[in-house]
Amino acid sequence: METKVVTLHINGRTHQIALPPNRTLLQTLRDLGYTDVKNGCEKGDCGACAVLLNGKPVNSCLVLAWQADGAEIVTNGGLGDQAHPHVIQEAFADAGAIQCGYCTPGMIVSTKALLDRNPHPTDEEIREAISGNLCRCTGYVKIVEAIKLAAERMAAAKEGR
Amino acid sequence: MGLYKSKYTAKPLPPVDLPELRVVGKPLRRVDALAKAVGKTVYAGDFSMPGMLYAKVFRSTVPSARIKRLDVSKARALPGVACVLTAEDLPDGKLVTDIPGQTGQKVRKGSLTSVLARDRVRFVGEPIALVAAETLEIAEKALEMIEIEYEELPGVFDPLEAMKPGAPIVYEPDNIVARWKIRKGDVHAGMAEADLIIENTYRVPFVEHAYLEPEAGVAWVDERGVINIRVSTQVVEHFRSIAKAVGVPQNKIRTIGTMVGGGFGGKEDITVEIFLALLAKHTQRPVKLVYTREESMMSQSKRHPFIITHRTGVKRNGRIVAAEIDLVADSGAYPYLSPYVLLYAVVMATGPYRIPNVRVDGVAVATNNPFTSAFRGFGGPQAAFAYEQQMDAIAEALGMDPMEVRRINYLRTGDTNATGQVIESAAWLEETATRALEALGEKEPDRGSVKIGRGVASYFQSYGRITWLHDTSRAWVGVELDGTVVVRSGVPDLGAGQVNSLAQITAEVLGVPLDQVTVYSTDSALTPLAGTSTATRQLYMSGNAVYQAASAVRKVLLDRASKHFEEDPKDLDMAEGRIFVKHNPEQSISLAEMAQICAAEGLPLSNLALFRAPFTDPLDPENLQGRVFPDFTFGAQAVEVAVDTETGEITLLKSVACHDIGRAINRAAVEGQIEGGSSQGLGYALLEEYVMEEGIPKTVTLSEYLIPTSMDFPPTKAIVLESGSGKGPFGAKGIGEPSLTPAAAAVANAVADAIGVRIHELPITPEKVLEALKRIK
Ligand code: FES
Ligand code: FES
Repeated sequence: METKVVTLHINGRTHQIALPPNRTLLQTLRDLGYTDVKNGCEKGDCGACAVLLNGKPVNSCLVLAWQADGAEIVTNGGLGDQAHPHVIQEAFADAGAIQCGYCTPGMIVSTKALLDRNPHPTDEEIREAISGNLCRCTGYVKIVEAIKLAAERMAAAKEGR
Repeated sequence: MGLYKSKYTAKPLPPVDLPELRVVGKPLRRVDALAKAVGKTVYAGDFSMPGMLYAKVFRSTVPSARIKRLDVSKARALPGVACVLTAEDLPDGKLVTDIPGQTGQKVRKGSLTSVLARDRVRFVGEPIALVAAETLEIAEKALEMIEIEYEELPGVFDPLEAMKPGAPIVYEPDNIVARWKIRKGDVHAGMAEADLIIENTYRVPFVEHAYLEPEAGVAWVDERGVINIRVSTQVVEHFRSIAKAVGVPQNKIRTIGTMVGGGFGGKEDITVEIFLALLAKHTQRPVKLVYTREESMMSQSKRHPFIITHRTGVKRNGRIVAAEIDLVADSGAYPYLSPYVLLYAVVMATGPYRIPNVRVDGVAVATNNPFTSAFRGFGGPQAAFAYEQQMDAIAEALGMDPMEVRRINYLRTGDTNATGQVIESAAWLEETATRALEALGEKEPDRGSVKIGRGVASYFQSYGRITWLHDTSRAWVGVELDGTVVVRSGVPDLGAGQVNSLAQITAEVLGVPLDQVTVYSTDSALTPLAGTSTATRQLYMSGNAVYQAASAVRKVLLDRASKHFEEDPKDLDMAEGRIFVKHNPEQSISLAEMAQICAAEGLPLSNLALFRAPFTDPLDPENLQGRVFPDFTFGAQAVEVAVDTETGEITLLKSVACHDIGRAINRAAVEGQIEGGSSQGLGYALLEEYVMEEGIPKTVTLSEYLIPTSMDFPPTKAIVLESGSGKGPFGAKGIGEPSLTPAAAAVANAVADAIGVRIHELPITPEKVLEALKRIK
């Protein structure tokens, strides 16, 4: 199969790799070691593979790597690490919103996208924003609480409280 | 219909004396939370090794057939294919499928299945051949090059049909996989005494676990010749069955568990382990196998469909005097855990009620459907869907309040259940049910064609394994010379916080902050075997084992400290990493210093403990009279629904679950279990059905098999009661499975309350509502 050299800017690092046309962004990210991007279905049904593509949340299993040529990609792992977690990541941990954790990276990516465009979402808006992210463990209750907590903390930080 | 009052008031709780603890019960961030939040946790499918091969499984596409011809030669010849295995390559590849992780148990008839089908396939998805190749693409290509010819055989897809004479036999000698019976009192005399006999039949479908993480693992052979399998599993003790199937000694298989991305019973049976071990053994290279979502759904177990008939004899005053219950479970194409799931359903079939005269007959039947096995609740939710609707049907027939009928019949501490087992712990049935109902608040009024109804369901559910399985758990606790603490326990963590609970218990006993405890877990070679993360047993079993081990270390430290301070050990305590004199806390020494003193003197700073559940002899399957379980959790769920009688649409308006969990080790984790269990139970009630047509699965993606999304249900409010009466550490009971059990029955009761007609079959869909409404018109 013909391949093409694709340039991907992932979590601030640049990768140039030769890829066949049918390779998805999800496979590519995981092959490059970004295994915080999870594979739950490869069909666009679960949201576990969500990443930010030029700031917009996408299911990376539905994007071909060729389509992402030149794009800025941020995965959950690019938002923070254990030493310096992102406010949203910390809120998920504090609110008890994580059980098995398999849905968590995708949930946090969707949350980041939501809070970027709407820093004070209602419960309804939160539920809408994560409606493409399945979680089989939590019943979404503490996930919604975590997102509210993150929004509060981000607002407080902005006001310098 | 309005069976339920519009408001209930909870009765006060009996007094309990719960000592205040320092770490246990505190709202602490779980030890595993932050790593998961930042995506650092390495799941089974995230792991790779140099030189690794990629595996795929070739599976049956027909439900019942003889394999006439299987030709893998073209696949073998494909460049980049390292290995193709069929049943011919593994003459001993048998797997015992009905008792996981146990030693010395009797092998049940029909429970030996071939790891790879040799000449006969019995369900769609049955494994036939294995491929390992240099890349996933090559492995997929090789699968396409495997040639197979089937001679299709008649199949049987309905358990009632499968019991009829002349039905196709799924495996010899007949389709009866297991039978259990309860005989208590004199059911004929009881029925004769009854003023009214109420009979109903309830049905529940196949249900898919739908954990977000599909089955995955990597295996390799190490320098000792040990086959290591790094896998997402609820049971690292499977290494024994794997060894047998692969044909190597038990000490040559090591299972290294990973954080399980959801299990719910679906990763209780062996999944990818044997395939990986065989391929690693044959190729002597690391091999990775990750199921696709479709493969996961098609090839792994389901929750048992049941047909349950209740015949209940009651007095006019609401007292139940006799119950006759028949249960038929679809066991699918192989036994797996069906005999035990059926046993649970049989034991729980009467519900948490005092009934003097009982006959229960349960049978599990083989079909050419997917095999059914463990699923959170293990027969309990199916039983509850039937017995709790039956309670409301009784109330309706007697013209009584459903809570009143329950109150009259609830089990109390000291009573015996249907098997004659004495209820030893608190049985807070009325307490939980009235609290759940009360928290619903005022009932909303009907709005035209939209009718509002509410319903409750009480339940009892065992925690801990069947007592004749002789359950044990081991744990190791040690203090390091800087005062930090290490725990080693084989416990697999499914995300419920199994590991975190052990850390909190240890931190409590040894008086250290939670972040001072490091837990190593889920490794069959290097962590003491703790048993399965199933049966709501880990907090009870491994919690007690860790408590024992930590307490032994605490005793060594306090005994030595008592010499140091010249005080009695009982006048000393441990907190915040220090040992201090209770009446003068200024007088203290750090744990690190005391550990160094003990080490210098050769005192043991670690302990390996073994906790044993009560052991009993197996019961007579013809009457099942005696103890079956260590103890039970009790609780209830109440919901309010709106049903549109024109469209049949059902909207869940409110949901409250109240459970007595004995003692919360981590409150957020307990609430999380209740909220998540409720969500699965509500999905069971209203959305979920794994559809089979003549043995062909029709719902093998997450767009066809619908699990609850964030938009489907309002949050379930969790009310956590603590009786302190459980058999786990600090009086804890178990909540993992119980949290799911009552939801579907509560919804069914609420729908009946709203529309005045009862729907006896899950899931409760708009079509079934309209169908039911037609019946009364
Ligand atoms: S893996 Fe992409 S949506 Fe499920
Ligand atoms: S925490 Fe397990 S799927 Fe969401």
